[in-house]
Amino acid sequence: MAVTRFCVRSYEQDSRIFPSTSAKLGLLLLAIALIALPWVAGKYIIFIASVAAVSVIGALGLNVLTGYAGLISLGHAAFLGVGAYTAAILSTQYQLPFLITLPAAGVFAALLGAVVGIPTLRLKGMYLLVTTLAFQFIVEHIVYHWEDVTAGDRGINLPDPDLFGFTLDKYMGYYYVVVALAVIAAILMKNLAMSRTGRALVAVRDRDIAAEMIGVHVAKYKIIAFIISSFTAGIAGALYAYLLGLISPDHFTLNQSILYVAMIIVGGMGTVMGAIIGAIFMVLLPEFISAISGPISSAYPLFAPRIGGISVTIYGLILIFFLLFEPKGLVGIWLRIKRYWLTWPYTY
Amino acid sequence: MDYQLFLQLTLTGLAWGSVYALVALSFVLIFKATDTFNFAQPEIMMLGAYIGFTLVSVFHLPFFLGFVLTMLIMAVLTALMEMMVVRPLVGEPMLSIVMITIGLAYVIQGFVGMTWGYEEFEYPSPFPTDPILFGEVVISQAELYTIICTAILLVVFFLFFKFSSSGITLRATAEDTTAAFLMGINVKRVFTGSWVIAGLIAAIAGTFLASFTFVDPKMNFLALKALPAIILGGMDSVHGAIIGGLLIGVMENLAGFYLEDYLGSGINEITAYVVVLLVMMIRPYGLFGSKEIERV
Repeated sequence: MAVTRFCVRSYEQDSRIFPSTSAKLGLLLLAIALIALPWVAGKYIIFIASVAAVSVIGALGLNVLTGYAGLISLGHAAFLGVGAYTAAILSTQYQLPFLITLPAAGVFAALLGAVVGIPTLRLKGMYLLVTTLAFQFIVEHIVYHWEDVTAGDRGINLPDPDLFGFTLDKYMGYYYVVVALAVIAAILMKNLAMSRTGRALVAVRDRDIAAEMIGVHVAKYKIIAFIISSFTAGIAGALYAYLLGLISPDHFTLNQSILYVAMIIVGGMGTVMGAIIGAIFMVLLPEFISAISGPISSAYPLFAPRIGGISVTIYGLILIFFLLFEPKGLVGIWLRIKRYWLTWPYTY
Repeated sequence: MDYQLFLQLTLTGLAWGSVYALVALSFVLIFKATDTFNFAQPEIMMLGAYIGFTLVSVFHLPFFLGFVLTMLIMAVLTALMEMMVVRPLVGEPMLSIVMITIGLAYVIQGFVGMTWGYEEFEYPSPFPTDPILFGEVVISQAELYTIICTAILLVVFFLFFKFSSSGITLRATAEDTTAAFLMGINVKRVFTGSWVIAGLIAAIAGTFLASFTFVDPKMNFLALKALPAIILGGMDSVHGAIIGGLLIGVMENLAGFYLEDYLGSGINEITAYVVVLLVMMIRPYGLFGSKEIERV
């Protein structure tokens, strides 16, 4: 399913993290751009970039579960919500610093992930999907109705994040923290994919019985996939909570879960780069939609209350388009372009 | 315990359960024939209700004519959906097919939002509005007719599956697609047929649901409760879907009333999903489903 490297020429090259010098150069340029961004861009762009970085972390987490291990989840946003609320409650009610609440959010989400993972040892496909769906609805319900702790739909106000006693500026210091964590997550996931664990997960995805036969402990690796995925989601949720400053149950609904699945599909399932590109694409999409729906609603005021339909339709069409015509996602398009130019003027 | 209240809650639960049962039945039909879920089924239900509403309230057709026209339109639409969107993905991983039906669901939601807006409409209910008294139990006629019509429909479908040749073809394909294909059954037509029948059942469910609530763009969320019903009944069992739907409807109505004091308001909304988690842990194949769980 996931062919990540078309253009490698040797095993040595394949086992390196960065297969070529040009890849290193590209990443260096990207790093410079990311570091320079807060000095040149406005607050809104920095905010969107931070949201994109958080989504990248979340999508990387889901990619481990769905892309590598082939376990389908419609409850990813629930894990983000668990992380976000853990961080929010710890920082407001116990005044714990960011450095403690962030790992705590990850660990708590991972614990829940292990619990949700247990039934999946027996369940596959459709059954797993509906179990994660049930988890999603139950978390939504608890967050909404356990008002003593989560404040229901009023939401929780978080303090500004702090690091070693210094308060981080949302549009400067915190941006760097989030982006740095996203980069770390990407590198870890890339390493994971190339390690024994990653390959074992892929083996479980491709044929679990065969994987068991060649000595992969399927149950163990399924739980590991759930734990890694939900830990990452918990971290992403906590970062998102600090970024927004106010969280409510609306941020972690089923639609968000579907959005995360859409991210890894649009980007390219089972690849780190796919998760990154897909997350950025889906974060930028609403900006694009509001850019076109703004003029439409001012041109046709009667249509204005129905403008919400446009964005839903576009999301749906994008999902359908990618699944029908480009199942390898944006990464697939990119690889095709790259291969075309590498072998140019020949076609193969 | 006040048994009249209990009876009334049960009857209302049965009416809602009938709607869940019909939607669950439409899910199961597609699952049985094509081995995947169609997550756009709640949206198809909503679309059916909206089209019926438009034909009867806006174009002032008599209810029965409007209803028949709605069914025709829905049959064409669902056939098109199956052939254009889902057919190309046959044989792909399950996630792809599930996600494409979710994409379809979004498109229908968006279409409904853009065409009819986001306000509620009163559905031109064909049923008399004054409630009936059974002793001291009050029941609205829409709910009563829903239960009765669902029962009739289920009998009709049962006979269809058991005796008509199309029904037998459908069951054969569900049993073993390859063997059915080798026996000369037109599997493609069966796939489309299952979508059309499922679409019609969903549209009927939408008509009922709209006649005791409203036509609004949130109807699909109510129909999503059919999923727990399927899990409870067993994914590949037609009568499981029906019994599951009825049980979920009754349970959430009773839980909403009797457990609200202990577990807080809104408990009825997640009763169904708590049941799902329990069923998944104890009996993952549901009450009537076949044991197909692979253990590795």
